[in-house]
Amino acid sequence: MTSLKGFFRGKTAIQPIWIFVIAIFIFFSFMSEYFLSLSNITNILVQTSTIGLLALGMTYVMINGNIDLSVGATLGLAASLVVGIQPLGLTVAVLAALAAGIVIGAINGLIVWKTGVNAFIVTLGAMIGVRGLIFLYTQEQSFYATNFAFADFGASTIGPIPVLAIIFLLCTLVMHLVLTRTGHGRNTFAVGGNPEASIDAGIRLGRHMMINFIIVGFFAALAGVLLASQMGAATPNLGRDYELWTITAVVLGGTKLTGGYGSITGTLGGVLAIGILRNGMNMMQVPAFYVLVILGAILISVLIIDKKLNAPSTKEVRI
Amino acid sequence: MNPSQGNAVQRPPIDAEPVLRLAGITKRFPGVVALNSVDFDVRPGEVHALLGENGAGKSTLMKVLAGKHKANEGKIILGGEEMEFENPKHAKRAGVVLIHQEQSLVPEMTVAENIFLGSLPKKWGNRVDWRKLREDTNKILETLKCSFQHDDLVGSLSIAKKQMVEIARALVFTPRVVVFDEPTASLTDHEKPVLYDVIHSLCDQGVGIVYISHRMDEIFHLSHRISVLRDGEYTGTVNTCATSEDEVTRMMIGRSLELDHASKPSEFGDNMLEIRNLSVKRVFEDVSFNVRKGEIVGMYGLVGAGRSEVAETIFGLRTPVAGDVVLDGEVVNFRHSHDAVAAGIALVPEDRKDQGLILGMNCRDNMTLAGLGTVSSMGFMKGSAERTVYDKYQQAMKIKTPGWRQKVGNLSGGNQQKIVIGKWLHTHPKLLILDEPTRGIDVGSKAEIHALVKDLAKSGYAVLVISSEMPEVLGLSNRIIAMYDGRVTAEFDGDSVSEDELVQAITGMGKPSPTAAVTG
Repeated sequence: MTSLKGFFRGKTAIQPIWIFVIAIFIFFSFMSEYFLSLSNITNILVQTSTIGLLALGMTYVMINGNIDLSVGATLGLAASLVVGIQPLGLTVAVLAALAAGIVIGAINGLIVWKTGVNAFIVTLGAMIGVRGLIFLYTQEQSFYATNFAFADFGASTIGPIPVLAIIFLLCTLVMHLVLTRTGHGRNTFAVGGNPEASIDAGIRLGRHMMINFIIVGFFAALAGVLLASQMGAATPNLGRDYELWTITAVVLGGTKLTGGYGSITGTLGGVLAIGILRNGMNMMQVPAFYVLVILGAILISVLIIDKKLNAPSTKEVRI
Repeated sequence: MNPSQGNAVQRPPIDAEPVLRLAGITKRFPGVVALNSVDFDVRPGEVHALLGENGAGKSTLMKVLAGKHKANEGKIILGGEEMEFENPKHAKRAGVVLIHQEQSLVPEMTVAENIFLGSLPKKWGNRVDWRKLREDTNKILETLKCSFQHDDLVGSLSIAKKQMVEIARALVFTPRVVVFDEPTASLTDHEKPVLYDVIHSLCDQGVGIVYISHRMDEIFHLSHRISVLRDGEYTGTVNTCATSEDEVTRMMIGRSLELDHASKPSEFGDNMLEIRNLSVKRVFEDVSFNVRKGEIVGMYGLVGAGRSEVAETIFGLRTPVAGDVVLDGEVVNFRHSHDAVAAGIALVPEDRKDQGLILGMNCRDNMTLAGLGTVSSMGFMKGSAERTVYDKYQQAMKIKTPGWRQKVGNLSGGNQQKIVIGKWLHTHPKLLILDEPTRGIDVGSKAEIHALVKDLAKSGYAVLVISSEMPEVLGLSNRIIAMYDGRVTAEFDGDSVSEDELVQAITGMGKPSPTAAVTG
């Protein structure tokens, strides 16, 4: 870790999404007088931390050649659990919520591995089923935090920086290092890039898929716990559509839906891009419905540009 | 079928105005000049072979011809008229058809639908005219003398038959020039004559044929003229009847190659691998053989005889119903490939792109893929250790890459195969299984890989080579196991066996088998 180049090794060129992030950052700095301030920037980090945590796990699963649509529902279940079990003690509640995420991830991974059914279908089922579990558990009621330490935690800061932002950035760093520097990370790419060749190389396909589904389940639950602490409450519909925002951010960051290619640095860029766009347009008082239209259009345009830029260089150059 | 006999039927050049002429074609890609002012022509009714090592520019030239790429400079003249093809469909309608190396058929559709894909006959109201489709298809299948029906699903056909469908597709538009790109790469010696007949009958109809192949015997058997490309440059055209393999090889690689049959390994140790009465349901039965340390055993047979499946079973990818695999004196019977790898078995698979490599990954990462344990500590990769491993095998095998960061998908076939072999050498295996190690690889790299395999055996590796190419099996093996229809039919000494004996053993002649002949 001696130089910056060595730190982001293998990525000598700057990722396109970061150019985009810098561009919109400069744009909004000029367009709104409130945008460029420490409090707003930390605010963006807190706002993006939820989707960001989901996206960290999703990046692994997608590089691995799978997808997880159940992250939003898992987040909702973890949030309801951590608030609902609070009377039994905060530690128990947090552990139970995180365990729920890990178990859901493990079940998803086990089914995908053992049956070979497409992860899209398996986790689509999990998404519907887990949402049902939330309603069963909460009886369609919203829960409010009774433990003040829990609600305070979500609003606490270290120096000027919110704890939630710090947790997100630390997780990002760890996930980046694991992906680029460990055997598990390497094999995650290999399995997503070509499962048959991975089997031929003696890689334990199933084990790596399981680990990645467990990772995404854990991060979904962590995001649920942190979101609940931020709001001091949990609603049964919490996390709806979050899986779509997560996939959007990951794809914006350059990770391929077909697997075998992607990065945590790109995902961070994708998450920040969405966060900055939402925050900035909000500052400029763009009506909420237009924000959605613009975000959708930007997602498609970025992918078109990416395809155009990468198409000629990846083909036909034979040495 | 016999390669050495192929030279007997050489054809004199056909004297006619070329139907197609490429003049001064130059094609540049970012950073690379793929073709530099290349000339090429085809006369009606002739087979013009195009030769060159992988990366010499053959495929690029053909893609320019078929409208997939646009040349930066140069002219395409078809029947005296200068053409500029916008896309493959345009070229096809003008009468230039490319038969693909990689098959581009829709397996879920019928033969007829595949042949007329994109140009289905229509009735009024834009409805498909199924009757005309059937009749037209039958007509084409008849001219090709195909044994399958218009309503067979393409997915259910053998590779050879799929290739026929691909050729049938070319006949939909009356073609003037047909390009065959490595058409026999996935065919067995048995199936090739059918293809040759089709090519001859196309010639008789006055169609010009461009034939790309690495196999000298085929080229000398089929072609009237031979043109050679080297590193994107045109090195010349010769009449087939007035040249020799040696001359053509020299034109291709700038030096001559000698096939070295004498340098086979000769010192063997104890049994490294012993297969005892191994059977997999409906695939192969009662297979027994052994491989000693330092020995190269060849496994020869037709596609579908069960050779690759035997290798996969040894490697733990298939579960046998009976029999044992004994490695280094121990009964192993692996259930998973990772157990086989851990125990010291290496499998260089038949299809390197689908089974051997992660094409989107760089060279170094592919090389260390099967042995991450030795280049990491506590689960974390050691970049410098990985580089050392990569450099070692890159230099030892003279792998040509611009650097370790290069994606393997961008390398030529020979260099890709060396990466796969390097991947396994890094795991220091006891037994090396090579399934079709030189399929689709140019002659230069082929000779290098053959020399490498012999050297490995001499240094003590036990080597099992599966191949459909007789010269390869004869040139490498100390012993040869012949398989036919899921059974071992004979075992020969690699030095004394005759080609006739081998052919008989793999086609079931002499020992009739109760089941029907191998499909294809």
